Amino acid sequence: MQNPAQKNVAQKTQAPLTDYLLRLGDSALVLGQRHAQLCGKAPALEEELALMNVGLDLFGQARNWLGYAAELMNDNVDADHLAFRRDAQDFRNLLITEQPNGDFADIMGRQFLFDAWHVHLLDGLTHSSDPRIAEVAAKSLKEATYHLRRSSEWVIRLGDGTEESHTRMQRALDNLWQFTGELLQVDEIDQAMIETGIAPDPEAIAARWKATVEEVLEEATLERPSYDAWMYTGGKVGHHTEHLGFLLAEMQYLPRAYPDATAW
Amino acid sequence: MRPPGNPPSDGPIDDWPSSDLIGSDRRGLPPAGEKGDIDAVLAVLEQVPDPEVPVVSVVELGIVRDIDWVDGRLAVNVTPTYSGCPATEVIEQHIHEALVAAGYSDPLIQRRLSPAWTTDWLTEAGREKLRAYGIAPPVGSASKRSLTGQSDPVVPCPLCGSNATERVSEFGSTACKALYRCRDCLEPFDYFKCL
Ligand SMILES: [Zn+2]
Repeated sequence: MQNPAQKNVAQKTQAPLTDYLLRLGDSALVLGQRHAQLCGKAPALEEELALMNVGLDLFGQARNWLGYAAELMNDNVDADHLAFRRDAQDFRNLLITEQPNGDFADIMGRQFLFDAWHVHLLDGLTHSSDPRIAEVAAKSLKEATYHLRRSSEWVIRLGDGTEESHTRMQRALDNLWQFTGELLQVDEIDQAMIETGIAPDPEAIAARWKATVEEVLEEATLERPSYDAWMYTGGKVGHHTEHLGFLLAEMQYLPRAYPDATAW
Repeated sequence: MRPPGNPPSDGPIDDWPSSDLIGSDRRGLPPAGEKGDIDAVLAVLEQVPDPEVPVVSVVELGIVRDIDWVDGRLAVNVTPTYSGCPATEVIEQHIHEALVAAGYSDPLIQRRLSPAWTTDWLTEAGREKLRAYGIAPPVGSASKRSLTGQSDPVVPCPLCGSNATERVSEFGSTACKALYRCRDCLEPFDYFKCL
């Protein structure tokens, strides 16, 4: 049974750092789960292996971030508890990570837009004033670099491919674009992190994200939607699209159904 | 569009990462003789295979980072290859079992993230064993260029030695490998990529 004291752990007053770690960890966890849902469904064996490996990297990163967040919560919670026992409104992941898998262009477009932000953020976090964050970021950055390399290649191959693949890649980009504003959004939690030197300069991250996106989209012969387009936000404060609840229901079913199980 | 004072725009790949991706702590294991029987511990660990590439030991893989004694208790520091490497717990468990079987009571196995593991720590013997097993070992040193793919190395085919090879996928059977194909002998093979 869930201990009442552990309910809604993220909604209690908690340090901005804890919230910030949940944003990093939940984004990696939810995007990793999207990959797990593709197991056995990739268009080719090589892509199956790649998708599962990227998902595993993200799960590993999530465990490192959530493990740190759990220690700060001091609430008898651990990374598993945060992953499997929280409800959707307690999740702090970016909205783009919870968007459905769709076709291969949707999957690669989502990954590319995320990776292009992830590498630059992680790179900045390696200089964090918090040594634990710097350590996890350095480890994750190596992995994210390979992820970006792969997702860039796919966006270029599909965009600059056949008429059909181009059409689908452009459509995926147009659909996902409304969730990219949140990548660059700075709220009071981010501000607190920036002021204490824990998080890097957001203007630099935004500039680098835009440069990477522009370079890849140009090579992919894709049209970049406007930076001024209307953007969805809310994931960072627990306001999610309807997709997250379904994802969590599947991911959390087993540990919630058998809360006392100790061996899987 | 780009506010002044922000990073250069001459290609996003050139101006990052700003950080040193590769751990600068290249310190290997303590030299023989520094501690009583580090050699004996090493001899035990050299018999512990990596579960995913069983031809190399955890020592040859370079993931054993430190061997020490804490209040008379043997402590072994191990670093994961990848954050999500599913073998991490299994490796730690195997190391623990091997040490207990060799007579070390209650050894402490500690996980260390920093400095992050790099393929530069693969030993020469380990690389040769990988090749003989059919896995192309990392070419050259882990570097910013090799990580960002600016310089795709020539990866010789571990089966026939030909340099006429091509990358099929960034990821092979595990996260640490990429999938290649030889254009001469036509065989696919795994490449242990630089990290
Ligand atoms: Zn060959």
